[in-house]
Amino acid sequence: MMKRATLLFSLLLLLAPLQAADRLQMARTPQNFPEAMLQLQEVIKQHGYTVSRVQRVDIGLTTFGYQTDKYRVVFYGKPEQVRRITDEYPQLIPYLPLKIAIFAEAEDTLLVASNPTQLLQTDQPELNQVLKTWSADLLSIMETMRGE
Amino acid sequence: MRIVLLFALLSIALAGCQEPSSDAAAQANGAQLYAQHCAACHGDNGGGGVGVPLNLPAFQYGVSDDFLKVTIQRGRPGRVMPAFSELSEAEVDALVEHLRSWAPGRPVIPANGHIDGNPQRGKALYAKHCASCHGSNGEGGEGTGVTFSRPRDLPIIAPALNNDGFLAAASDQLIKAAVVNGREGTPMTSFREQGLSDTQINDIVSYVRSFENQPDPNPVGNPDDEPLTIAHDSPYSVEETVKALERAAVGRNFRIIRTQTLEDGLFPEQEQNPNQVIVYFCNFDLVNRALAIDPRVGLFLPCRVTVVEQDDGVKVMSINPKRLAYLFNNAELNRLCDEMVKTYSNIIEEATF
Repeated sequence: MMKRATLLFSLLLLLAPLQAADRLQMARTPQNFPEAMLQLQEVIKQHGYTVSRVQRVDIGLTTFGYQTDKYRVVFYGKPEQVRRITDEYPQLIPYLPLKIAIFAEAEDTLLVASNPTQLLQTDQPELNQVLKTWSADLLSIMETMRGE
Repeated sequence: MRIVLLFALLSIALAGCQEPSSDAAAQANGAQLYAQHCAACHGDNGGGGVGVPLNLPAFQYGVSDDFLKVTIQRGRPGRVMPAFSELSEAEVDALVEHLRSWAPGRPVIPANGHIDGNPQRGKALYAKHCASCHGSNGEGGEGTGVTFSRPRDLPIIAPALNNDGFLAAASDQLIKAAVVNGREGTPMTSFREQGLSDTQINDIVSYVRSFENQPDPNPVGNPDDEPLTIAHDSPYSVEETVKALERAAVGRNFRIIRTQTLEDGLFPEQEQNPNQVIVYFCNFDLVNRALAIDPRVGLFLPCRVTVVEQDDGVKVMSINPKRLAYLFNNAELNRLCDEMVKTYSNIIEEATF
């Protein structure tokens, strides 16, 4: 019975409609930057991740005399998963925690992140599944930020 | 009973794999597809942003549906606009119909057809009238489209005329129409009004078409050719290596932003693994230059090297900027990342020497 269920599940996975695999996941929201920034952190948490840090790129730039609008980088991850992945797949260490760049563009706010499944494709099924999950969560985060 | 259930589930799954059942269904999704794939760069209403404006009447009336379709399908290799080759014909048609909704009325669609000018004469005319914006070899302006988040010299970036995607999408007649009429709302002026004759414009068009015979100016490459990381072994302890990295980064005009454990912010301080340490550093002149090339480069920021102690010793690792840059489809950014790879490698090698 278990084998049949596994077979059925595998078949369904194989036949699932292919998602458009954009190399970068991007979203534009009509919210101004402070509102979008708050919502992004909330949406990341709703997807089960912890926001570990926010890097204020714009503050550094303006401190040194460069002109820019609001620009931040939000780092996030699932604590136990980050610990496990860095242990089992050390090649991913420089890419963890995950990140989303968020910046103002006129009245709108743009978000951009690299699509994990486009960055790396391996022959390790378990790692591929992790990458797919990150990619799906990212897509969902971007859809929420777009208001879909 | 189980077979019936299996068949039913497979039928549902297969149905999901099919192309949209009709053009009408796909057309209804044009706005949705645009929101999903295009709006982030081109703006919700086509006003431009990272990507060029699409809602300018002069643009809409100056390009054919074929130009838009081929542009969506093939993109502009190395010029930010990606190829949406996974979209079906019906979905591309739906997108084009959505784009056309911004320019009511009948577009003046340039006819397809070859223009028989003299490319040699066109080369001289191009150098005189076009090269200052489009580049001496048709490489286009620098940066992305319009982005309001940072200062820009031009309201729109001059397209790369030597780009494979552009040359595949634009017919000779379309290029001629752009030269003759210009693009109102952009720096592209009418060169007929500037006094060029029909013959001279034909010569320019033939010269632009001759870019097809040049080597690919923006080879995209294969991300699998690039390793995921830059990594070196360190003969020192984690603490010594971190200090050496900080010195090496400062020695190359970077400022140390922060040194922290990889797990900082994820676990309470006392539970964090002290043998995974990140050194963040930044050169704001470099950041400013990178943002002018592509406003999405926050994904590279801040510069970072990680020191980790593993069973076989201490390792120093960074991302490979060239691997990440592949996702951006931006040849200018690729060139900057060549520089960044050398910088990362030099800092890591110096710290682990």
